[in-house]
Amino acid sequence: MRAVISVVGKDRVGILAMVSGICAKANANILEVTQSVLQEFFVMIMVIDISNMNRSLSDLRRELEENSMGMKIHVMHEDIFHSMHRV
Amino acid sequence: MINTNDILETITMIQEENLDIRTITMGISLLDCCGSDIDRSCQKIYEKIRHRAGELVVAGNEIEEKYGIPIINKRVAVTPIAILAGASGGDPLRYALTLEKAAKDIGVNFIGGYSALVHKGFSAGDLELLKSIPRALSETERVCSSVNVGSTKTGINMDAVRLMGEVVKETAELTANRQCIGAAKLVVFCNAPEDNPFMAGAFHGPGEPDCVINVGVSGPGVVRAAIAKAGKECDLTQIADIIKKTAFKITRMGQLVGSEASARLGVPFGIVDLSLAPTPAVGDSVAHILEEIGLESCGACGTTAALAMLNDAVKKGGVMASSNVGGLSGAFIPVSEDAGMVEAVESGTLTIEKLEAMTAVCSVGLDMIIIPGDTTAEVIAGIIADEAAIGMINSKTTAVRVIPAIGKKEGEKLEFGGLLGGGPVMKVNRSSPGVMISRGGRIPAPIQSLNN
Repeated sequence: MRAVISVVGKDRVGILAMVSGICAKANANILEVTQSVLQEFFVMIMVIDISNMNRSLSDLRRELEENSMGMKIHVMHEDIFHSMHRV
Repeated sequence: MINTNDILETITMIQEENLDIRTITMGISLLDCCGSDIDRSCQKIYEKIRHRAGELVVAGNEIEEKYGIPIINKRVAVTPIAILAGASGGDPLRYALTLEKAAKDIGVNFIGGYSALVHKGFSAGDLELLKSIPRALSETERVCSSVNVGSTKTGINMDAVRLMGEVVKETAELTANRQCIGAAKLVVFCNAPEDNPFMAGAFHGPGEPDCVINVGVSGPGVVRAAIAKAGKECDLTQIADIIKKTAFKITRMGQLVGSEASARLGVPFGIVDLSLAPTPAVGDSVAHILEEIGLESCGACGTTAALAMLNDAVKKGGVMASSNVGGLSGAFIPVSEDAGMVEAVESGTLTIEKLEAMTAVCSVGLDMIIIPGDTTAEVIAGIIADEAAIGMINSKTTAVRVIPAIGKKEGEKLEFGGLLGGGPVMKVNRSSPGVMISRGGRIPAPIQSLNN
């Protein structure tokens, strides 16, 4: 099972470190990361493996949101993207 | 790898454009709760609802957490209570109070099915149930009621239409101190679908399985945003295409959530209802979609054509996205629940007559329309008869949910709050259809019914 973490906001130091730190604590393996900075906006999408996590997806979501550093962070199960965008 | 743009598009739909699952509705058959002892029936109903739907709210919340999609309502629809009242006799109000208690204890905000199917005539329990509706809706908060008074196959039961005119009015009167809210929980149908997950008209038809999960999706904001993004240069064929693609994505989400809910609860998955259901939230309006297509205001000439295209494109896009489509499926045009409709009424461009024309091409009917409190029962019955006729002839569902604003006149307001919204009292044609309504009888089934 995989989930997608997306982070959008003003670029600053430590965003990737924060997200990956929380993932590591949760034992969620990072499978892919794409990121781009458009003008001063930072957009990062991370695909993580959640099969062996030591907490629930909602707990992970809450932790990321609490540490969001003013960024918009969303955690969603990958199924939703597959079902909406693949026939 | 999932495409980055697809990910961002989904997130924008949910965060900015109010995409959500409007309702997961569990349909529960109460046929095995029928009996000649009303106390025993009520007890069985309570136990069955608790047993079947006890985990509904928890499962809904878990799915919401898992996928990160808001699921606004979790609801229950049951077998039309008139069938049980017919078997047991006694005061049908007892059933309403039982449904209320069951709904409260399992944590759902609405339970539908205080209903009767009387499109060809009344059988045991039907008349008693109809007459008890005003009290049932005033003495409960969660119970919703619907009555099917006509169908393409049977014609229109005009005795029931006359009676429902009185019932609507009395229901509003009994809840006059609560913004006449009772009438907002009462729907009069023609060609009522048996698997509709949307309140207040949801009930679990006698042809349905014992227990089933139906899902209603939403997403007017998403459709409006997609049209806005396409710009003014697109012709209407392209607009229809954009609506189709968007409806596809919305419906896929409904399908995913429905399958997941059905698996978690161990209940078969029924249908996805493809309706575009507006809410009073800014940006979640069907009227604004019509305006985005190119009308100065909803209600302008051209509104019916725009709505026809929207309704059709939603179905075409949605039907391939789900294994089973059903319910009402189309675009809803409630007034008080849609900020754009309320604006159009206030500016004088949208009238009841125009809304009636729109109901010929949309998925339901005259919905959440506030009318003057002194509108007579005959006029309300006339409104119901007109809508039923449109449904009967066009082989589609039509419905009437009007709220007589007791003690208020045209231009004054009712505020229901929440998803029901609020809005101004609309002008109604006061010329009396009294003699026609008092004739009663049945409008025979139209020639369209002979299609065997």
